[in-house]
Amino acid sequence: MNKKQKRTLVRIILAFVLLVGLIAAKELGFLRFLDGKWYAFVPFLVPYLLAGYDVILKAAKNIAHGQVFDENFLMMIATFGAFFVGEYPEAAGVMIFYQIGELFQGIAVGKSRRSIAALMDISPEYANVERDGKLEEVDPDEVHPGDFIVVKPGERIPLDGVVTEGASLVDTSSLTGESVPRSVRTGDEVISGCVNGQGTLRVQVTKEYEDSTVAKILELTENASSRKSPIENFITRFAKVYTPAVTIGAVLLAVLPPLLFHQDWMEWIRRACTFLVISCPCALVISVPLGFFGGIGAASRIGVLVKGSNFLEALAGAETMVFDKTGTLTKGEFKVQEIRAAEGISEEELLETAAYAESYSEHPIAEALRAAYRDMHQGDASLFDLSRVDSAKEIAGKGLSVELDGAPVLAGNAALLQGQGIEAPKENAAGTLVYIAKAGKYLGCLVIADSLKPEAREAVSALKAAGVRETVMLSGDRRETAEAIASELGLDSVYAELLPQDKVAKLEEIMSAGNARERTAYVGDGINDAPVLARADVGIAMGALGSDAAVEAADIVLMDDDVAKIAATRKIAKKTLRIVKENIWFALLVKFAVLILGAFGIANMWMATFADVGVAVIAILNSMRMLKKQS
Amino acid sequence: MKKKFDLDNLDCANCAAKMEAAIKKIDGVEDASVNFLTQKMTLKADDARFDEILKEVVKCIKKVEPDCSVIL
Repeated sequence: MNKKQKRTLVRIILAFVLLVGLIAAKELGFLRFLDGKWYAFVPFLVPYLLAGYDVILKAAKNIAHGQVFDENFLMMIATFGAFFVGEYPEAAGVMIFYQIGELFQGIAVGKSRRSIAALMDISPEYANVERDGKLEEVDPDEVHPGDFIVVKPGERIPLDGVVTEGASLVDTSSLTGESVPRSVRTGDEVISGCVNGQGTLRVQVTKEYEDSTVAKILELTENASSRKSPIENFITRFAKVYTPAVTIGAVLLAVLPPLLFHQDWMEWIRRACTFLVISCPCALVISVPLGFFGGIGAASRIGVLVKGSNFLEALAGAETMVFDKTGTLTKGEFKVQEIRAAEGISEEELLETAAYAESYSEHPIAEALRAAYRDMHQGDASLFDLSRVDSAKEIAGKGLSVELDGAPVLAGNAALLQGQGIEAPKENAAGTLVYIAKAGKYLGCLVIADSLKPEAREAVSALKAAGVRETVMLSGDRRETAEAIASELGLDSVYAELLPQDKVAKLEEIMSAGNARERTAYVGDGINDAPVLARADVGIAMGALGSDAAVEAADIVLMDDDVAKIAATRKIAKKTLRIVKENIWFALLVKFAVLILGAFGIANMWMATFADVGVAVIAILNSMRMLKKQS
Repeated sequence: MKKKFDLDNLDCANCAAKMEAAIKKIDGVEDASVNFLTQKMTLKADDARFDEILKEVVKCIKKVEPDCSVIL
């Protein structure tokens, strides 16, 4: 509670005590001398004004500014009306009750707003920059690329840079949700927004503050709540017509029955006052964006950046998930998966020959072969004796030919060997096959393929379990490779051998096949599929910490590339939407129920006050559920 | 020029929306947003007259919500 709220609380308590005293006095007959007098309302005016003088003041000010449909004004009219019809205790009581509700609402909103903001607050306060051999504490804005900064234990890294001295473990959890700290040493890049562990780091800054990771993420999260979802826009429009409509209803209610049917004026004015109390759309205006804000906060806690509540709403309705293959479901790095040596040849000899044959090539496949050979010898780097290799030649589209220890070696596809008259068995595999022959003799072949991310299978099955109707994979890779991966992961369908531009067309085809209310999400690494990310209803990208392209192109960014988090984020999105819908229905139903009961004279002003502020408080508390830890 | 300001005592979502509408109407303001949830105002206005416009904005905020103030 801030100072203002504490003062209001004291006023409310005083007014309440006074009102209870007055009611007791009236019941005991002490106020009988006032009966029938025109000034009988005066005693009740004291608690009324004590609790609500600021409402009256604000109302007066706003009328001066020409704002008529203002909650303060309507509350004032409603309570004045109650005084007018002689319901003095009600007038004071409703004002007190209203102020209690407003106070609660203020506290609850303030609290949830702060806790969500704290979740997302990763901004560094200062940077320790080296100037003329001395350390100076300055605003991160004032540090420029090339400057050296020192990050002490426990401090937040203020700018992106490269470690030049020191080693430490840095906590990236506020960026990625990953709780295992990352180890950094001299020469490693560090990312702003992470918290330094036990070691002191000297860092050379590589980016201006406004280009650094932390500034970019902050910019995105701060703008996130301004990208409104359709539900939010609906509520804003609804709020604009709701207040005038209810107010007009109140006027009609006060005037028409007495004029047309000679009803009692006092009774109908009382009913009209009930209307006015319910006329503020506060519960909706505050709880809906708060719910979405909570959802975005909950996602950011697990290291997922959602760029707007509209995307949260779209993700909740995403029934089709389209994945890119390389870099998304697979690691994007080639590895020797299998060594199929011919009879009488050892695996080691085959791999050694292959690695030497490809020793001058920069191709990812060549690198995979060399890496596998090094692994076989526990990374012994002295192992490679390049003088053994001679006259390396590339045979376009087929492979390589070299001389190893004076013997001709061929490494490439089956056609390369057959072209030289070497008999090679036909092999099948999910991946690229490299056939090796030495001195005219077939040695065997190696299967090289991209390896699956360990969490990919879990990611797909979690989405299926969460009710995603269809999972699809798009790939530029060979059909066999793509299909093998799709079946291993249990994906519903797969489209292979697609050029980058085909992917957009394929996605559009998938999107138009589904029903119009369903949404399609696309998950990619953001490097070469930005157009596809942009075209999908929700584009989800791998953040790859600091990869600008991905962060910009996508609607949702997985900061630590963990595809398994998509299912968790979708769960958060669904929960957010459920809470928001609950709030809307609850508020509307209670309000309309009380409006109808009020028109028939069943609901009184107390119930109306509950329908106004009570509902708002309940809706806010409901939104707060979003912040509870997800299981 | 685009600048961000923190707001103090911005108590209601409706007021934030009203403020935003009122600030946008000030002469020289290109764009403005008042975010209730982050309690921040973003102001985009004419470079040359920025300070002058900012004064107007502060006045305007006071008018809509007397309790609310801009932290400069």
